Amino acid sequence: MLVTNLTILVLAGFVGFAVISKVPNTLHTPLMSGTNAIHGIVVLGGLLLIGFSGNDVLNKILLVIAITFGTINVIGGFLVTDRMLEMFKRKPEPPPARAADDDEHPSP
Amino acid sequence: MTPPLASFLQDANFIRVLYIVSFALFIYGMSGLTGPGTAVRGNRIAAGGMAIAVVATLLNRGTGNWGLIALGLGLGTAVGVPAARNVHMTAMPQMVALFNGVGGGAAALVSWVEFRDTGGFAHAIGSHAGEPTYVAVFSLFAAIVGSVSFWGSNIAFGKLQEILPGRPITLGRPQQVVNFALLAAAIALAVVIVAGSHSEILIIGLLVAAALLGNSMVLPIGGADMPVVISLLNAFTGLATGATGVALNNPALIVAGMIVGASGSILTGLMAEAMNRSIPNIVAGGFGGGGVTPGAVGAGEHEGTVRSTSAADAAIQLAYARQVIVVPGYGMAVAQAQHAVRELTKALEARGVNVEFAIHPVAGRMPGHMNVLLAEADVPYEQLKEMDAINPEFARTDVSLVIGANDVTNPAANTNPDSPIYGMPILHVDESHSIVVLKRSMNPGFAGIENELYYDPKTSMLFGDAKASVDAITSELGEL
Repeated sequence: MLVTNLTILVLAGFVGFAVISKVPNTLHTPLMSGTNAIHGIVVLGGLLLIGFSGNDVLNKILLVIAITFGTINVIGGFLVTDRMLEMFKRKPEPPPARAADDDEHPSP
Repeated sequence: MTPPLASFLQDANFIRVLYIVSFALFIYGMSGLTGPGTAVRGNRIAAGGMAIAVVATLLNRGTGNWGLIALGLGLGTAVGVPAARNVHMTAMPQMVALFNGVGGGAAALVSWVEFRDTGGFAHAIGSHAGEPTYVAVFSLFAAIVGSVSFWGSNIAFGKLQEILPGRPITLGRPQQVVNFALLAAAIALAVVIVAGSHSEILIIGLLVAAALLGNSMVLPIGGADMPVVISLLNAFTGLATGATGVALNNPALIVAGMIVGASGSILTGLMAEAMNRSIPNIVAGGFGGGGVTPGAVGAGEHEGTVRSTSAADAAIQLAYARQVIVVPGYGMAVAQAQHAVRELTKALEARGVNVEFAIHPVAGRMPGHMNVLLAEADVPYEQLKEMDAINPEFARTDVSLVIGANDVTNPAANTNPDSPIYGMPILHVDESHSIVVLKRSMNPGFAGIENELYYDPKTSMLFGDAKASVDAITSELGEL
């Protein structure tokens, strides 16, 4: 099992490098916040373990905090990235007026 | 007797398939981020992948304590949603730092509970059969790195939010020794646990050592280097998540964690390159906000004088230019001036002036921070030019309008080998025919370095809040 997991680990690292190297500078802030949201997946760790935590009160407290943290990370991260990207999507109003201006005052 | 549908849904292989679907969606979604047109969809696809991963986990047979799960998810949503909705675009770097920190904290807490559930990694957790030794190694790695990331991110948040002073807080020379000692202590405790000691005090000690390390690593780093730190800590949390995935034998966690680890490392490297500094040099700290010895910088040695100007004069200069390049920096973000800048450039364009924006890779407090702000103000994507594309343009430019940018325009980076930023790629603002600098005061920038550009005879300074200055120029333009 360890070997399988390590295989996944190494391959995922290369996939990550390959995908992310293509992202232009302009989108680096949304990229950072989007990947930031993705590592919130650690919330799954809390969800998996809480079923096994038995009657141990401290375990339960720690896991509820972990799930809360993870959820903040996931939901906050994706929402904030979405807000940022929406701004990029909004296309500039195609400016026929500007094109006319450019004709009147040709750039040097 | 379980109904057939439920037993199918709870089948371990079905759950594994859902995990595969979810990480495939992460990868596909992230590859959408390569262009502004597909990015929104990409992010939503990745979010869909996350939803599938959560559902798959909840389907697991061992999952229980539903009330507590609902409590955690509910609390997280109640905090995360309003925070994400209401944050100003200018405050984005600290928001990312905060979200990053809680992710790291979650990883560390999960590791702690794993320790408690397994009697200090003496046996496997429930059905998660795994060789305890390797579970221990990966879990403890996640504990150390997650804890460093949590505390480090909180300090970074404090500095960016200006709760803590932006200048480096350092012990001086012993700082490195202290950091190494803390790291060594954390690793030593981990080794003792893996070797077979099960006392809980060991993991608490490990978490405390890592927490102190997180604090003492980030406190000495100046505010100007915070973007690099956040990116680095983002990679850390990713790696912690990946390690948690190996410990819990969960492929979705492994893949997601490693993607973040890879992207964080790439971004960190790119930013360090853009500042011509090495990552160890940045982490060593002490740079920025007054940490530099003034003698080496030559502060106050300038022969030239600073020429200040008025909004009316600046408006005239801009109105009769043929080409204007706007160079935005963090000062524009702080003053929330992006909308005012957009109004100004619209007014100039209406007069036939060709306007472009020069975006330095590390302008602002995050890579691409300026792009986000200007996009918020509806500046067309095509007008935003990256450094290499715009630099040849400066020599043909009548007026460069520098708004709250400092170190990224400092010619000393090209000319003065004694300058701490020597060798850092800069925008060649000094090559343009004239330069108007909007600045609050003559205080040096975050790097704490005097900017020779301000003493250039071609430069005139318009002091004041960036937004007020831009508004004033726009209204003067209207009266011409």
